[in-house]
Amino acid sequence: MILATQFLNIALAITFLALALGQVMAMVRLLLGPTSGDRVLALDTMVINALGLVIVLGIYKGVQIYFEVALLIAMLGFVSTVALARFILRGDIIE
Amino acid sequence: MTAQIIGTYFVCLSLIIGSGFVLVGAIGLLKFNDPMTRLHAPTKVGTVGIGMLLIASIIHSFDIGQPSTHELLIMAFLFVTAPISANFIGKVNIHCQACDTPPPPADGDTWSTLDVPVPDSER
Repeated sequence: MILATQFLNIALAITFLALALGQVMAMVRLLLGPTSGDRVLALDTMVINALGLVIVLGIYKGVQIYFEVALLIAMLGFVSTVALARFILRGDIIE
Repeated sequence: MTAQIIGTYFVCLSLIIGSGFVLVGAIGLLKFNDPMTRLHAPTKVGTVGIGMLLIASIIHSFDIGQPSTHELLIMAFLFVTAPISANFIGKVNIHCQACDTPPPPADGDTWSTLDVPVPDSER
């Protein structure tokens, strides 16, 4: 059991690192992004990576309450992506 | 070798696979050189990456003795909404002429994305 717990801690550290690296790479694309579509895509990826960070934090702490946070972030991310894309397409969100 | 230990190893495996796909998606987003090509890379983050992390969360909740399968809700929500947001971003790319415009339709129509909306007074 001690060996398995050590493995779990290593895996959690690797996952935190990968998600943080992904967040940084998406941020670089957000700054570089030649078109506005790239910027919306980078923001969408950052929201999904933040969702992953919340889920992994929930595993790390062993608390169930992080599930609601993750669900809220997923919904907010989808709505904001669609709103941004629609604003670029039409110049207006609700016509 | 009890079920709990085997479950912990499965949690580790799912976490590693998920983080691998997250990295693949992020590198693809950074390295590809065309907006439409860049669009396809982060879909791996949204489906396989987060899916494996959620599976790890489910197995871990069974491991620590508080079983819950709520995470399937997030998975279903992400699988439903990922194509819709990808479609919207693709439309933005077409609209901003960031990629080749699609060929004109046969009967002299325009694509609905490129159609200019008619003001209400002229309808």
